[in-house]
Amino acid sequence: MNESKMILQTDALPPSKGLFQERWDILKRNTMAYGSFWFLISLLVLAFFGKVLTQYIVVFDPKIVRLSEKFLPPLTVFKSSITPKEDAPAFGVYLFGTDELGRDVFARMLEGTSVSLSVGFVAVGIMLTVGIFFGGIAGYYGRVKLGFITVDTIIMRFVDIMLCFPTFFLILTVVALLPPSIYNIMIVIGLTSWMGTARFVRAEFLSLRDQDFVAAARSQAIPEWRIIFIHMVPNAIAPVLVSATLGVASAILTESALSFLGFGVQPPDATWGNILSDGKNFLFDAPWLTFIPGFTILLVVLAFNLCGEGLREAFNPKLKTTS
Amino acid sequence: MVNFILRNIWQRIILLIFISIISHAIVHLAPGEPALVDPSNPRMKPEDIQRIRAAFHLDEPLHVQYVYWVRDLATGELKSFKDNQPVMEKIWDRFLNSLPLFVIATFITWCLAFPIGIRAAVHRDSAFDRSSTFLSYALISIPGFFLSYLVIIFVVKTFNIPVLGMRTFGLEDASFLFQSMDRVWHLTIPALMSAIAGTAVLSRYVRSQMSEVLHQDYMRTARAKGLPEDQVIYRHGLRNALLPFITMFGLTIPGLIGGSVIFEQIFSWPGMGRLGYEAILARDFPIILTLNFITAVLVLVGTLVSDILYAVVDPRIKF
Repeated sequence: MNESKMILQTDALPPSKGLFQERWDILKRNTMAYGSFWFLISLLVLAFFGKVLTQYIVVFDPKIVRLSEKFLPPLTVFKSSITPKEDAPAFGVYLFGTDELGRDVFARMLEGTSVSLSVGFVAVGIMLTVGIFFGGIAGYYGRVKLGFITVDTIIMRFVDIMLCFPTFFLILTVVALLPPSIYNIMIVIGLTSWMGTARFVRAEFLSLRDQDFVAAARSQAIPEWRIIFIHMVPNAIAPVLVSATLGVASAILTESALSFLGFGVQPPDATWGNILSDGKNFLFDAPWLTFIPGFTILLVVLAFNLCGEGLREAFNPKLKTTS
Repeated sequence: MVNFILRNIWQRIILLIFISIISHAIVHLAPGEPALVDPSNPRMKPEDIQRIRAAFHLDEPLHVQYVYWVRDLATGELKSFKDNQPVMEKIWDRFLNSLPLFVIATFITWCLAFPIGIRAAVHRDSAFDRSSTFLSYALISIPGFFLSYLVIIFVVKTFNIPVLGMRTFGLEDASFLFQSMDRVWHLTIPALMSAIAGTAVLSRYVRSQMSEVLHQDYMRTARAKGLPEDQVIYRHGLRNALLPFITMFGLTIPGLIGGSVIFEQIFSWPGMGRLGYEAILARDFPIILTLNFITAVLVLVGTLVSDILYAVVDPRIKF
């Protein structure tokens, strides 16, 4: 009895893996995407600790001004007699040098990590919320008629209208007219970039809404918002995840471009973008003020892009683990 | 066919009206008024502000202001708030400056992206494919102004040539040859910089399109017939892969205004993007609105042309 069970087990197919397990294995094969994924995870941890450290520990305070210590190159050891001892940088070394006010660039970059990433993530959060909402409604209620036009037509025409605006020019107009605030920048970037997500979600919903599991859910009289957001959205999540990852990358770049034009996040908040655009004024005297934030942005945005492309490839249904 | 075009034009005109209403609303509802650009100026008295507001119809309700704007735009009487110059004339001047930059940047983009993308697709997973993939991601990820600064410093230090502005000041008496060489130098670097991101994106598209086409049955048939490899790739492959790029060409047009703000600012190039930026700083509503409107018109015309071209090129599409 036992033996025959054993034979049956060995003959059977390997245990089927969940969707995410399978896709995860595909992602793992793409070394660069997998590497950037872990790089981004560690960056998130760093951003969190950076936020805590710069808030509560005085040696990491990015706002300390030490005028006698300005424009020190990276890795300078702290040995000033004028600056009080408690204002010394962390570990007694200016790891990334100091800027035009003698502020520790390392501490500022640490603070900038959390601010820049939260600009990216909040903007993408808004983008996803609006995009999934409009895309979901257009896909699910597409056939419902309001007067003489369908819901789908109204929403998709609105998407077309939004796509006709030159995005960066629109962002610039709104950000310049509104009072400068970090929240306005997040909201404006989010509200001008949701159109792609809405289109993806609508396309997925069009094929999902006639499938059996949706019919089954409907037959059980589950409320429609629940069908849309609990049953259908998770099935349409793959392209959304990809566009979210790429969206964070472009939000960080947009923020730095706005900083360059003087409409970015305002001091005293430090972001990579405004450290970079402040630093470019001292490109010849203090090149590290430009190169450190510049290459940080390059690296992080590159990691987001590679990770997003890796996810896109991993979620491509044509690819299987066995191939 | 004619029916299709007419219906498309009609739909686009409706879209255009909505776009102009929305952009008008956004610009006028946002806080910050033209009269308040310089609040600390002691010579600006409340009566002056009142007079300015009356002159620009800023006290009227929004829809009345919208009608005024459309009427002035249609009759060509629209004046800038800032210096009372006709808006269309100002934009036209700047458009003539932006055009060469845009044309050359687009030319560079398409000339570089196609060979790179095709080669990467044909030699899949080769060293060239991998390095071009990585390089294009890196170029998308770098902030444009950071790269431009590095290039400006490199060019100025190595070749000793000025690159900012449209021409070198004080060369007006030089011979024609010198002047045109000067213009070419001033044009090349900004065009190259604004082409870089586009090239990176476009070459990725070309690569994915080509590698999709390369696996089609007709490619195998063409090879089986014994056609030379070049003919297989360029006659049978590339021609089929080209189709989606007709649509892409229409979508590059808004870059004429929106995408150029940063680069025109860095290279102090007096183009449309910079005009828009200056107008935003001065709260010059007529110019902001008209630029937005022109971009929308360009986008809609671009997509219309690409729709029609698509139908002309692809015999599978019928009306």
